[in-house]
Amino acid sequence: MGHVRAPAYLRGRIGTIERPLGAFPDPERLAYGQPAPARALYCVRFTMAELWGDSAESPSDTVDAELYDTWLERLD
Amino acid sequence: MPHDHHDHDHLSPSDHPYRSDDDVPLTYWQQMEIALRELLIEKGVTTPEEIARQIDAMDARSPANGAALVARAWTDPAFKERLLQDASAASRDMGFDIGPLRLIAVENTAQVHNVIVCTLCSCYPRNLLGLPPDWYKSRAYRSRTVKEPRKVLFEFGLTLPDETTVRVHDSTADMRYIVLPARPKGTDGWDRDRLAELVTRDSMVGTGLPSTPA
Amino acid sequence: MTNTPSFYGRRWHDMGGSKAGPILDETHDFALWEKRVDALMVLCSGKGHFTVDGLRRALEDMGEAAYEEMSYYERWIATISQNLIEAGVITQSELADRMAQVAVRGDTYGEASRA
Repeated sequence: MGHVRAPAYLRGRIGTIERPLGAFPDPERLAYGQPAPARALYCVRFTMAELWGDSAESPSDTVDAELYDTWLERLD
Repeated sequence: MPHDHHDHDHLSPSDHPYRSDDDVPLTYWQQMEIALRELLIEKGVTTPEEIARQIDAMDARSPANGAALVARAWTDPAFKERLLQDASAASRDMGFDIGPLRLIAVENTAQVHNVIVCTLCSCYPRNLLGLPPDWYKSRAYRSRTVKEPRKVLFEFGLTLPDETTVRVHDSTADMRYIVLPARPKGTDGWDRDRLAELVTRDSMVGTGLPSTPA
Repeated sequence: MTNTPSFYGRRWHDMGGSKAGPILDETHDFALWEKRVDALMVLCSGKGHFTVDGLRRALEDMGEAAYEEMSYYERWIATISQNLIEAGVITQSELADRMAQVAVRGDTYGEASRA
């Protein structure tokens, strides 16, 4: 539901933080004209193998995307 | 209201005439544009002059701006370093009015080829390169580039070696991206203006390479 | 490794990884009315009447049919109007009344926009 800026094809996938990008007002709140606290934004890198499994075109190619910390979970 | 601003009816940045729109049947959405523009002017939200200035500012942005950045990066190692560190600052150093654009430059090398997409909408470094081409906003480009970039690039006429890593950038938030393509061979000693002519829009989106020296 | 799961939250505009046809190397030079829509978007968001995020939200809520059937700037003028109504800058009736006036000025964009 609603305005979401984490693409479905990345949800639940494992990536590595390529670089932090700073903090920006939460777009998922801005979209509704609500107070939008700053959220940490990261560039996260995913391999095609992780995203698409056996159907990956070239497993070691990568996708970088910008994701807010609200959409990230640390792997220990 | 004041007369319309007709200075835009000449040539576009790509040297094509603008589509004539004065003599096409009026559409519902054009009615909405006219009505909304008039209401905003009457309410003092904006002025005809401000709208005309904004159109001029957008028209002044074109791939030539990016080409100038790339050509300088190819000839000036310190500038290249700055471009890769902070592409917004490097753009402003070159005198480009990029507004609030937060730009990241990603470098193509012998090992890595970068390509830019926005799967959720159609984010594009418009404040540097001007408005995006229609294909960038298309369902086909937005859907396929993150899954089969090599097939997409092939359709643009670009075949990459297997050993080159393709790095797709999905512009999902506040950053915009520009590809710093690799300098073509056979251009030793060329000056910046001559190099800039090789830098195509597609080479800065990653769907192409710079032109090869004639 | 499994294939991409389907997500209940996935909406029509969230296209990454979907099947689609060939990329057509198409573009066009923008018409004056399209440039004006673009200018209104930049100016009104710059003045704080809406955010680009609010425009995207309205665009997504227009649904997939609008994406397929309307052009890019047709969708944008609709979402700009929607956001300005939400912000109280204009009202629905003001916009409807003015559009009706515009419609009777002439049969072409040029005639209607020069009144």
